[in-house]
Amino acid sequence: MTMSRRHALAAAALIPGAALVGGPARAQQRFDSIFMFVPAGPGGGWDGTGRAIEQAARQAGLVGSFQFENVGGAGGMVGLPRFVNQRRNQANALMVGGSVMVGAGITNKSPVTIANVQPVARLTEEAGVVVVPANSEVKSWTDLAAKFRSNPGAVPVGGGSAGGTDHIALGLILKALGRNPREASYVAFAGGGPANAAILGGQVGAGISGYSEFSEQVKAGRMRALATTGEKRIAGTDIPTLKELGINVTAANWRGVFCPPGLNGQQRQALIDLMTAIHATPQWKEILTTRAWDDAFLTGDAFGAYLKQDIAATEEVLKDLGLA
Amino acid sequence: MDTLAALAGGFATALTPTHLLFAFVGCFLGTAVGVLPGIGPALTVALLLPITFQVPATSAFILFAGVYYGAMYGGSTTSILLNTPGESATIITALEGHRMARAGRAGPALATAAIGSFVAGTIATLALTFAAPVVVELALKLGPAEYFSLMVVAFVAVSAVLGASALRGLACLFLGLLLGIVGVDLQTGQPRFTFGMIEFLDGIEVTIVAVGLFAVAETLHLATRRKHGEDEILPVQGSLWLSKSDWARSWKPWLRGACIGFPFGAIPAGGSELPTFLSYYMERKLSKNPGEFGHGAIEGVAGPEAANNASAAGVLMPMLTLGLPTSVTAAIMLSAFQSYGIQPGPMLFVTQGDLVWGLIASLYVGNVMLLILNLPLVGLWVKILKIPTPQLYAGILVFATIGSYGVSNSVIDLLVMYGVGIVGLFMKRYDFPVAPAVIGMILGPLAEQAFRQALTISQGDVTTFITRPISASFLVVALLLAFGPKLWSAWVATQQRARA
Repeated sequence: MTMSRRHALAAAALIPGAALVGGPARAQQRFDSIFMFVPAGPGGGWDGTGRAIEQAARQAGLVGSFQFENVGGAGGMVGLPRFVNQRRNQANALMVGGSVMVGAGITNKSPVTIANVQPVARLTEEAGVVVVPANSEVKSWTDLAAKFRSNPGAVPVGGGSAGGTDHIALGLILKALGRNPREASYVAFAGGGPANAAILGGQVGAGISGYSEFSEQVKAGRMRALATTGEKRIAGTDIPTLKELGINVTAANWRGVFCPPGLNGQQRQALIDLMTAIHATPQWKEILTTRAWDDAFLTGDAFGAYLKQDIAATEEVLKDLGLA
Repeated sequence: MDTLAALAGGFATALTPTHLLFAFVGCFLGTAVGVLPGIGPALTVALLLPITFQVPATSAFILFAGVYYGAMYGGSTTSILLNTPGESATIITALEGHRMARAGRAGPALATAAIGSFVAGTIATLALTFAAPVVVELALKLGPAEYFSLMVVAFVAVSAVLGASALRGLACLFLGLLLGIVGVDLQTGQPRFTFGMIEFLDGIEVTIVAVGLFAVAETLHLATRRKHGEDEILPVQGSLWLSKSDWARSWKPWLRGACIGFPFGAIPAGGSELPTFLSYYMERKLSKNPGEFGHGAIEGVAGPEAANNASAAGVLMPMLTLGLPTSVTAAIMLSAFQSYGIQPGPMLFVTQGDLVWGLIASLYVGNVMLLILNLPLVGLWVKILKIPTPQLYAGILVFATIGSYGVSNSVIDLLVMYGVGIVGLFMKRYDFPVAPAVIGMILGPLAEQAFRQALTISQGDVTTFITRPISASFLVVALLLAFGPKLWSAWVATQQRARA
């Protein structure tokens, strides 16, 4: 979650990747060059994922060089059609994408969606977390769930833009609690900064967003984390998952890479193999640790099946929210 | 830890040759991107992000901070000389600054902008050093209701910029509001006024519109009048340096600008544009000869320039102390922190003391460096005005086009820029003021979102704006601004009548 408006963030530039101070190739080089398309501006999560792939692949000598193109805007919906049209059949082209793109395709009724590109690998995911200000009278998930059950509208919840990952997670929670997702008082903020400020200042009753948005405030004791939306607990924390608390809801903001339409099975497999090799490098492991990204590696058809299910589930919630 | 001792330690870090070099490169790059319309500090920092793989965190942040400060200095140069704001924060500077340049006073305008930036930047850095925790806690007390009321104050204040005809001013304000609303609505996720075009889903960039209204319109306007043999720009006259009266008229606006800019940078919805509008309004109100405004009043350059630099320091405060980015550049710097595995937040001063104090010390160093870098350049910059008008404006068009396209890779953005430029031509021809359109575009969406966020929180209860004390006080200020002067003069008139 970054700034909603394109601003300078959604910049785009064709720049060769930074020259890394790496030695000669240490592993077998699989691709001379990779064209990495990032449908978001430099500096955000997708861009970071793309550049991390470059860093690991080049240090391990798996790829000779990388070329980046950033075309930002509308949750990837501006860049996606460009990738589909311009890179069709290009065997060394990869695009970064993720769950944000699934939702954006549905809410914007875009003619070109994530279903128009081929899944290569899911790489990382980040669970959401439900927080309240430290001085809130809400002490536990039970307290908050009781409030949601009696009147969801009375608890304003802050998060990212409407129809985004955070809003969807809240919708799922309310539904599981037997309320209509539309009853939520969801307050959308343009970016993590303003959302954090509103929660810390007690302007909203609770907050929901990716764990990294709130982690530092939680560690410092200024926010209380009540539950996470992942399959399992976030490493290094003792925050229970919703499932443990008896709410059958999981939602995660995942990121992965895709290849253009038109590639045959063999060409796609070569890219899958490349991603598998990158995933196995110690450099990638190190990046996951420093960035606190959760490994969610899943490739090829298994990823494709997951994607299909994710699209269906997202569409259903967005319909419930009245956004699809 | 004692602040002064920590700061001294920071200077020891910042004054090493390597870090001085990083600060210099940052300031230089920042000045350059500030000068180019469209390309801003956020984009530059984003493009420099890959260096975080290569150099230690302290060096990278000293570089980024230099870029950020430098852009605020550089943006004013093109505003003043070419009427082409390099940054959205320097739009207001173009109003008076370009008038001064046309009257042959480009030198003093550039000088007051550079010195004002230095003075305000230094004051704000001092405030950042000593007042950070207090101001940030206060800023958190402001919620959406307060922001909305603050926007009302701003709207009332900027209506002073509406120009001679209120009707024309309002028409332009609403044009700006309309342009600002385009795109996906944050609160409902629904597109508005996009006509089914995905390029408009994220809205229209303010700098695109500003460049269209200022630079493109100006060029077209000159082209249409050329055959009448008019050359409106006067050659540089008199001293490049500030005269005694320039100093006398500048120093108070600098101080006032710093006082307005710093807190606005620190509050999560403040940004750097709003304080420049308010500073301009204040200088216009306080000026002994308000008639000079609109024709090149030096106060109208000194105040807003000081305000935007002070706000840049203000922005760093919530980012360092709370991990809250309040501007796009800050958000990107935050992601740079994260790529070092450092999360800015309440613990940062404890866990990364060396880094933070080194960064703060480098801000002092950067300010001095920028002043040294910019003042001698004043003489060089004003030479730009010696270029014959047709060539100069052709050059501006080329730069504006490259800059805007380079930011987004979008042909649609260019079409919008030229479309707005044509509208701007007619606005200029028929004497519609440009500033309200840009102001409406920036403030309108902010006010709308704050209004709806506040109402969602209060569950539709409109009285939230008057039952919350801070919000109510802002509204009272707005009322006083709107009606105070009239009531006062009416009261004075009745007194005089009573005496007579």
